[in-house]
Amino acid sequence: MLFGIPWDTSSNLNFAISILPILLRGLWVTLQATVLGFAIALMLGLVLAILRMAPYRIISWPVGLFTEFVKNTPLLVQLYFLYFVLPDFGIVFPAFLTGAIALGLQYSGYTAEVYRAGIQAIPRGQWSAATALNMPMLLTYRHVVIPQAIPRIVPAMGNYLVSMLKDTAILSAVTVMEMLNVANIIGDRTFRYFVPLTMVGGLFLVVTLLSSALVRFLEARLPKDGIPLK
Amino acid sequence: MDELQELLRPLLRGTVVTVELAVISTVLGGILAFAAGIGKLSGNWLIKGLAVIYIEVFRGTSLLVQMFWLFFALPLIGISLDPFVAGIAALSLNIGAYGAEVVRGAIQAVPVGQYEAATAVNFTRRYTLWNVVLPQALVEMMPPFGNLVVQNLKDTALVSLITLTDLTFAAQTVRNLTHESIPAFTATLVIYFVLAMIFLAGMRALERAIARRVGVAQERARG
Repeated sequence: MLFGIPWDTSSNLNFAISILPILLRGLWVTLQATVLGFAIALMLGLVLAILRMAPYRIISWPVGLFTEFVKNTPLLVQLYFLYFVLPDFGIVFPAFLTGAIALGLQYSGYTAEVYRAGIQAIPRGQWSAATALNMPMLLTYRHVVIPQAIPRIVPAMGNYLVSMLKDTAILSAVTVMEMLNVANIIGDRTFRYFVPLTMVGGLFLVVTLLSSALVRFLEARLPKDGIPLK
Repeated sequence: MDELQELLRPLLRGTVVTVELAVISTVLGGILAFAAGIGKLSGNWLIKGLAVIYIEVFRGTSLLVQMFWLFFALPLIGISLDPFVAGIAALSLNIGAYGAEVVRGAIQAVPVGQYEAATAVNFTRRYTLWNVVLPQALVEMMPPFGNLVVQNLKDTALVSLITLTDLTFAAQTVRNLTHESIPAFTATLVIYFVLAMIFLAGMRALERAIARRVGVAQERARG
């Protein structure tokens, strides 16, 4: 029994049917972690991208190193780092929040690169025109650069969203009750790992195929010449 | 000083295991990538179907789920894998599926005129694939392959969760010995970063060597 839902081990099929609602509870946590983690990655990545393009090397260089470091080291070790080191500084978060922050941190390295590539792909003439019109930097970003960068950025971001969804399974290592951890607990208590783990694989496959399709759909509907910011 | 050595030793031993896992699974994954990537473009529906199913299943599920499945679930239907074998198998199958999409994309990016020219001079399909298409496609594959090699190196950290004593496992050991988290995990992150830079440099050298052999380098230099 888990989350107050009992299981039926009389046959593999009955077992599978009885644990499905339990696994779906885990899937809900998986989706929440993905949404929170991705929101963090989108915001932190934008900050990293803008700072990395700063004209002062004293800012751009350390930010660049940080971005590369975050991108080129394992999520699991970053997760352990946050999980075990933050409490040393008196910062105690629930495991779920630490996990979402770790996901956001790891992927901010990727999203920063996507933002940077998207912004740098804007032709120089656009910047020159904005300068010629005496447009301030902030307005140039808001009305010229970002609207044109969005259609270039969205497809890559979509791929990272799907990728992050799969990486949430790693949060099971720090006791987050996401889908894989739930399946492991069911396995530990019933000594039947085959059915729950296979079901988790199947559920992941369904969710990633659906979310990939959603990303493709959004991609196809994006106007190619940019989205005006109101 | 002796104490420091006591602590560094598990990390170095773990690093050796991590490098072994990364190198073996990268090579096996590369072979799988070519097999499945070429297979997906095959005219034979059975080969094509198998390649598509393999790629979708291993790209569509979590690596950690795949690893746990091979390690915890398979024994229950009578197939017991040693943790090292399960780890290598999961890593290779996973990175091979991602690599297959790179191989397929690069082959499809070879201009159609190249196939037409090969047909015109009466090359067989196999000869065209090996001597005309793949050499050109290989150059295009190398940069994304570099990213996948680093991805695979980072993914090896997950084997610590199926009891292998890799670098991440060693970090936990050192943390338990010293009761201090910051030095153990910081040192571990730095080692992973240095390894990633070495692997990337190696892939760039390989990329240049291949480009030189295929003759693309000169062509690009001339613009």
